[in-house]
Amino acid sequence: MDTKTYDIPKEKFQFAKKSDLSHDTKLDTKPVGYLHDAFRRFCKNKGAVVAAVIIAVLVLLALFAPLFTPYSVKYRDSNFAGTLPKLKLFENTNFWDGCKEETLDKYTFIYNYAMGQETGHNAIKNQKYELLDNGLYKCRVDSYHKKGMVYINMDMDDYFALQAYQDEYDVQVIYPTIKKRDRPEAPQDTEDANYYFKTQKKGSKTIPVLDDNGNVILNYWTYTQFDIEQGFTDDYTSKKRIAGDGENGVWYAYSSPTSSGVQVRVNYYEYYIYNHKIIEKDGIEEPYFIFGTTGSNGTGEGKDIFTCLFSGARFSFLFAIAVAAVNMFVGAIYGAVAGYYGGKVDLIMERITDVLSAVPFMIVITLLKLHMGASSQILLLFIAFFLTGWIGMAGTTRMQFYRYKNQEYVLAARTLGARDRRIMWKHIFPNALGTLVTSCALVIPSMIYSETNLSYLGIINLSSGSITSVGTLIAAGQSVLSTAPHVALFPSVFLALLMLSFNLFGNGLRDAFNPSLRGSEG
Amino acid sequence: MYMFKYVMKRIGLMLMTFAVIMFICFVLIKLLPIVVTIQQGEDAAIVYKQLEARGYIRNVMQDPVTLRWTYERVPIMTQLGVYLKRIFVFGDFGVAVMPEYRLKPVWDVFVEKLPPTVLINIYSTVIGVPIGLGLGILAALKKNKWVDQLINIFIILLISVPSIVLALLIQYFLCYKWKLFPQTMLAGFDYFNWEMFRSMLPAVLSLCLGSIAGYARYTRAELSEVLTSEFMLLARTKGLTRGQATFKHALRNSMVVIFPSILSEFISVLSGSMIIENMFSIPGVGKLYLNAINAQDYDFFMLLSGFYTFVGLLAGIVVDISYGFIDPRIRMGAK
Repeated sequence: MDTKTYDIPKEKFQFAKKSDLSHDTKLDTKPVGYLHDAFRRFCKNKGAVVAAVIIAVLVLLALFAPLFTPYSVKYRDSNFAGTLPKLKLFENTNFWDGCKEETLDKYTFIYNYAMGQETGHNAIKNQKYELLDNGLYKCRVDSYHKKGMVYINMDMDDYFALQAYQDEYDVQVIYPTIKKRDRPEAPQDTEDANYYFKTQKKGSKTIPVLDDNGNVILNYWTYTQFDIEQGFTDDYTSKKRIAGDGENGVWYAYSSPTSSGVQVRVNYYEYYIYNHKIIEKDGIEEPYFIFGTTGSNGTGEGKDIFTCLFSGARFSFLFAIAVAAVNMFVGAIYGAVAGYYGGKVDLIMERITDVLSAVPFMIVITLLKLHMGASSQILLLFIAFFLTGWIGMAGTTRMQFYRYKNQEYVLAARTLGARDRRIMWKHIFPNALGTLVTSCALVIPSMIYSETNLSYLGIINLSSGSITSVGTLIAAGQSVLSTAPHVALFPSVFLALLMLSFNLFGNGLRDAFNPSLRGSEG
Repeated sequence: MYMFKYVMKRIGLMLMTFAVIMFICFVLIKLLPIVVTIQQGEDAAIVYKQLEARGYIRNVMQDPVTLRWTYERVPIMTQLGVYLKRIFVFGDFGVAVMPEYRLKPVWDVFVEKLPPTVLINIYSTVIGVPIGLGLGILAALKKNKWVDQLINIFIILLISVPSIVLALLIQYFLCYKWKLFPQTMLAGFDYFNWEMFRSMLPAVLSLCLGSIAGYARYTRAELSEVLTSEFMLLARTKGLTRGQATFKHALRNSMVVIFPSILSEFISVLSGSMIIENMFSIPGVGKLYLNAINAQDYDFFMLLSGFYTFVGLLAGIVVDISYGFIDPRIRMGAK
């Protein structure tokens, strides 16, 4: 036993001080929670973020846009039906200016051109046109002014009020009228107030009579001093008279008597302003439709698309959120019970949902419509969405409960004496909440989509009263698609944009809440 | 044997579900007030007697003074018995009440309306499946290259843009603006000629665009997962070319998931899309259904909702069962 000894000096041995002990250094970074992590990964997904912004913009538009327009869902004016979209910003360009490029034959062109000559409300934009080689005229027809003149019957009070308005605001609303027998012969044109010039009938059409210079010949109702002495009067006292009136002792008559008042010939654009400013007092200052109006070429309802679209969207959003909330509530309770108790309870409950979910949605809504067609359409829609909607939520909750109910912490809670209800809501349900809320949010676009389809098919009719929906607008647009494509354009773009954004947003959300994808995005 | 048992069990369950749904529908329909429409030139007595003969009402009588007709309603369960007996014994589903098909057997009208619906859906599947699969395969093979990105954008666009908007676009550009196709489907019953096919194409296109995107997305996801699995590495190591390995191994494996979805889509499209039929005026089942509910024609409603429900249920179980047949590794319903 040879032991080797080392000679280590005694002073080298020292007691370690507490402060010398090396501890783990504390992490400088903050801990990242589940939600925070999900949010961070969501933000990395550019597409999803853009989609979220678009959704936010659409929702804000739906909430606030209807407040900033003077029009309402109830507003309609068939004289301005099918008016094209116009934005004041683009007034001087050839885009979004409420005009449409058209190629007109000679007589149609003169008809439109003469309108502008008479009133200065140019039916042809800036009276600019181009004569093509084949004798046709190419020009931009202004859909706001092409209505031109209309004959309106009014009583004497209204007539004088309108004249007072003319003097006060210095605008010409009433224009000289035309004698009944001088109006166009063709029956479809007799009531057309835009023929203020001499016309003749050719076939079934009305064509203007032109003088040697190719200009139209005025056809106003005229009277002279002699007629006045005979007792003629048009009761026109306004100072506003058009050029050429009163020359050579010949005056133009501005009204023709009817049984209950007068018939006057007014410029509809100006009359519209008068009507809304003085009579209706609804804040509409002039016809100005950013997205145009429904209908086509002066037939149809002529609703303001901008107002209807965003009011409809607001209704759709609020409705979808309400339905989703109720679905989630009922689905969560049902799914929780089925998932937690399992066994026979689950089996029976599952059969019930099986049967319910196998009923096609179309049949549910049809049966509801047949049974309670008289009651509110919104209620009907609500019940239909509820009857089929909660099943999905119940399924999700049930799956989550199956996953968590046998975990150790639940066992621990039960051992400590927690009751079933406490375990369900305090211990298991919070786990399912994230998935539920996500799927709830993603149900909203599909609900808007279904509602659109139903409105389009006419099964649900939301167009009456003061509500409307995107689907109603699309249906209105499809019926005039060939002549007025703008009616379908805006609601379609809105719907497509909404669906696209929700899809991207949903994908982003799903990936963000799925921790197993962590790090794989690179 | 277990497979047979499983299939039987599923079919049995399906029939039960079907019976329950139809029973509920029947009861709900029979709870509604009876709509008696007497058209111009029809004898009210005959109309009431017909309803009586069909077992809907009894004791039909006309008050000699007021000339009003009175009747009693037959209990719903008795009506159900009569209804079922007629179906199973005579194949009689009732007669139409709505003016267009007045007094025609609803089954005959239904059969007459079936071909357009089925045809546009078959065309749409025939066009959609190869294009969809092709795009999906291409995207999976060129994953993360520009081709893949392009196809992805295409898929996302087509899936997200609602079919109603797609159909509007197709109708506006193809039918109105460029006048490539007629605006509505041709009338007549001669379905197999070029003109008829051409008039159906806008509807077929609107239907298949969505399913192309669906198939492409599915195929891309499945195939790119299979392509990275280890047996593919083995196949290449064995000396197979990339093409051989992809088509013989990867594609066949990914088909396990894709094929059932094609099958189910094929069955469920039989019920067609009402939107498309409505928009392109296809005289199909969807249009008939809409007309029937507007005219409150309950016999039609029962038949058509039975059809829709059945097709939906069938599509569901065909998917489940086909898994077992396509891939022997999957033992459906096994303990």
